[in-house]
Amino acid sequence: MHNKSIMALGAGLRAGDFSSVELTRAFLDRIAQYDGELNCFITLDPERALTSAAAADRLIRSGKAGPLAGIPIAHKDIFCTDGVKTSCGSRMLDNFIAPYDATVVSRLSEAGTVMLGKTNMDEFAMGSSNETSYYGVVRNPWDSSLVPGGSSGGSAASVAARLCVAATGTDTGGSIRQPAALCGITGLKPTYGRVSRYGMIAFASSLDQGGALTRSAEDAAVMLQAMAGFDHRDSTSAQEPVPDYSENLNAPLTGLKIGLPKEYFNEGLDGEVARSVELAVDEYRRLGAEAMEISLPNSELSVATYYVVAPAECSSNLSRFDGVRFGYRCQEPKDLEDLYKRSRSEGFGAEVKRRILIGTYALSAGYYDAYYLKAQQIRHLISDDFRRAFDKVDVIMGPTSPTTAFAIGEKADDPVTMYLSDIYTIAANLAGLPGISIPVRPVAGKPVGLQIIGNYFQEAKLLNVAHRLQQESDWHRALPTGY
Amino acid sequence: MQWETVIGLEIHAQLATRSKIFSGAATAFGAAPNTQACAVDLGLPGVLPVLNREAVVMAVRFSAAIGADLERRSVFARKNYFYPDLPKGYQISQFELPIVGRGRVEILLDDGTARTIGVTRAHLEEDAGKSLHEDFHGLTGIDLNRAGTPLLEIVSEPDMRSAREAVAYARKIHQIVRYLGICDGNMQEGSFRADANVSVRPFGAELGTRAELKNINSFRFLERAINFEVERQIDLLESGGTVVQETRLYDPDRDETRSMRSKEEANDYRYFPDPDLLPVELDDEFVAAAIADMPELPDVRRVRFCEEYALGQTDAVQLTANRELADYYEATVRAGGDARLAANWVTGELAGALNREGMEIGQSPVSAMMLGGLLQRISDNTISGKIAKQVFDAMWGGGGSADEIIQSQGLKQITDSGALEEIVNAVVDENRSQVDAYRQADEKKQAKMLGFFVGRVMQASKGKANPKQVNELLRRKLAP
Repeated sequence: MHNKSIMALGAGLRAGDFSSVELTRAFLDRIAQYDGELNCFITLDPERALTSAAAADRLIRSGKAGPLAGIPIAHKDIFCTDGVKTSCGSRMLDNFIAPYDATVVSRLSEAGTVMLGKTNMDEFAMGSSNETSYYGVVRNPWDSSLVPGGSSGGSAASVAARLCVAATGTDTGGSIRQPAALCGITGLKPTYGRVSRYGMIAFASSLDQGGALTRSAEDAAVMLQAMAGFDHRDSTSAQEPVPDYSENLNAPLTGLKIGLPKEYFNEGLDGEVARSVELAVDEYRRLGAEAMEISLPNSELSVATYYVVAPAECSSNLSRFDGVRFGYRCQEPKDLEDLYKRSRSEGFGAEVKRRILIGTYALSAGYYDAYYLKAQQIRHLISDDFRRAFDKVDVIMGPTSPTTAFAIGEKADDPVTMYLSDIYTIAANLAGLPGISIPVRPVAGKPVGLQIIGNYFQEAKLLNVAHRLQQESDWHRALPTGY
Repeated sequence: MQWETVIGLEIHAQLATRSKIFSGAATAFGAAPNTQACAVDLGLPGVLPVLNREAVVMAVRFSAAIGADLERRSVFARKNYFYPDLPKGYQISQFELPIVGRGRVEILLDDGTARTIGVTRAHLEEDAGKSLHEDFHGLTGIDLNRAGTPLLEIVSEPDMRSAREAVAYARKIHQIVRYLGICDGNMQEGSFRADANVSVRPFGAELGTRAELKNINSFRFLERAINFEVERQIDLLESGGTVVQETRLYDPDRDETRSMRSKEEANDYRYFPDPDLLPVELDDEFVAAAIADMPELPDVRRVRFCEEYALGQTDAVQLTANRELADYYEATVRAGGDARLAANWVTGELAGALNREGMEIGQSPVSAMMLGGLLQRISDNTISGKIAKQVFDAMWGGGGSADEIIQSQGLKQITDSGALEEIVNAVVDENRSQVDAYRQADEKKQAKMLGFFVGRVMQASKGKANPKQVNELLRRKLAP
């Protein structure tokens, strides 16, 4: 039961083969069995899950249920959930019970999904390995000595280990796609503004975008359908109409023009990972697509640009965590300044503090023009690269991450090396473009992700391209041993 | 040395929107602490601001009122600093690209001369909450009801040269925002606040170092704070000291300013465009709709009052001081006819009564219709001016309309010549010796003595006799 698609599970639920309560129990049992080792979940709420499963069962019996009714999912702990702890992977919010639902959460609830729990993540989504979480590392189900990637590591690992059917995630610089790649699943980051950010705890507001981690592109289409659309509570959410994402999944790829940026196949890329990507591209050629080399000349500036813009925004976004109204407060503050200093020093972890410092510096008087303003200008150049590329090609393909999953602890003390693991994913965030990572040929038993980047609001195209490969290959069906 | 004072004002006008600038919470004043703060105002994790359209409309109206360059594209920025009553750790304001660009207002000085004061810019921003230092036994209470209330910060050029000019400018801005209905102007409640940047320099020299004066909650205090500060700076400079750039708080109890923080202690606000809000783009349609029903502005109205109602400058200034009063006056004229008479009554009897009771014009128990009704009875000689005051007092006390009061109290003027003649004859008969004296007096003395007889007649008629007729009759009867 745990290895079925959303569509198959939905059919089973509607046919009465099993109930949502049974399905939910099955996943809760798997969590109980495996999560002790994996550490995917920060918060579990079996009682609440079973209550909503029972409600979903009633909805299904009434015949009014949509495709997600009764499907057990997990939410990244960055999404506010009414009455449930929302920690953002931080000691700072270890005591924070959100008083409202994020729009993503409420839309998926209205679609009838059952929330099993809240998944582990890098603290405030700052990290690429899930090692910065206050709640400890998440282990990669393919090899428990490896990281799952990050920041949506808990979501990726829980979907890979089939501890939930699908999970939500957020992607600021690759935080959906990179862990999806490292865990061998499908991860979709929509166009900036496609999914409401309301209730999603902000890391870098101009880059953050919610999306889905799923077993397949087909499942991602169903999830996105429920999540996408304008939200009057988010001024940056797009008015663009939401198409039917499942409608054209099977459209033929004849004549599809694929761009392969030469900058994405440079010296930093693992040779075997490159080979896996090429194999996948070959498969696309077989399906009638045409692949050509393109150039995104400003790609090499992506990481540097990102590490000015994202910390700058985060330094401001995280100011509200001051120990005054909610969250962690230090013991016995002497005065106001002591309250601020110690609450924030004790409540935030090292990586978060590092980025707040970088961002504060980048925005300071006398440095703003040289850093923040310059970075924003380069962002335009990077967007222009993509605009020119999409004049010639329909989608851009390349590796999601330069390597397969690395060992826990391997890069933890070397932030720059860690930052480079997002080298191929960051540009899509800077430009606001949609991207998807899907599993291709593994290397030495470790998953590899193919990244597909599309033009603005071309999620349906991305899903179609991803789904066609998944119809022709079994890479996404592979299960880690023991699960 | 002769010193010149240079003053610029930063005025914060709280916009009279129903809900806050970035959330749906109510803005009403005086609610129990923290009952008018929603998740957005509290800065809870994950919340996002959504701009209140009405606040933008109000800024556009203000821009039009001061003939400013309206910026069709403005940007909200974050002003970052930590303070307990600032929930997000930053204030959403406008920095590099404000919505209102350069404009100007004209002020009238006491000597009747006019001066133009430049407005550098005006921008939209959110207010912070309040820190309450009393009643918490050494702790500080935070009330976030005010957090997120829309403000229009109006920044002037350093164009003012005295405290009186600064007050005249502040009053002018106050008058404009109230005319526009975009701010209630209540300084006690903090809906209208003025910070003053004050410096002095030898005449003709470069600008001196300025101090920013805060915590001023009345026009009177504005004048006093500036005057105190000017003297302080001059004393300092003349005794060989230097003025430091700093923020100073005005203490109305001691009538002095005190240093709050120096430039060195000032925050680096790390402004940057708020990524949660799109730039505000105003198209022609929006602007046209925003200014479609602009009220007549005070300066225009003042000039019209002078021309249309033949009023003097003093009356016109007073009657156009605020929109409600000007509306009241015009309604009185419509109801009562005589514009000059109406001006006298509104600025005289009515203003006096309001002042006595500490009331605003809107609270007046005598409506413009009622006052107009009274003035009509003066114009048509139903009552005299003196009786009219009696009727006014009765109306103020809730006695009904002028006609009702005249009727019920029998105050109608006696104009029947037969009846009047009877009274006059009686007075003449009863005061023979005075009549004789009158008849022997010269013309000048007679004019003085006539008053005695008029007084007696008015007394006998309980004030109802038509004074003009009484005068005529008496002159005739007393003639030798």
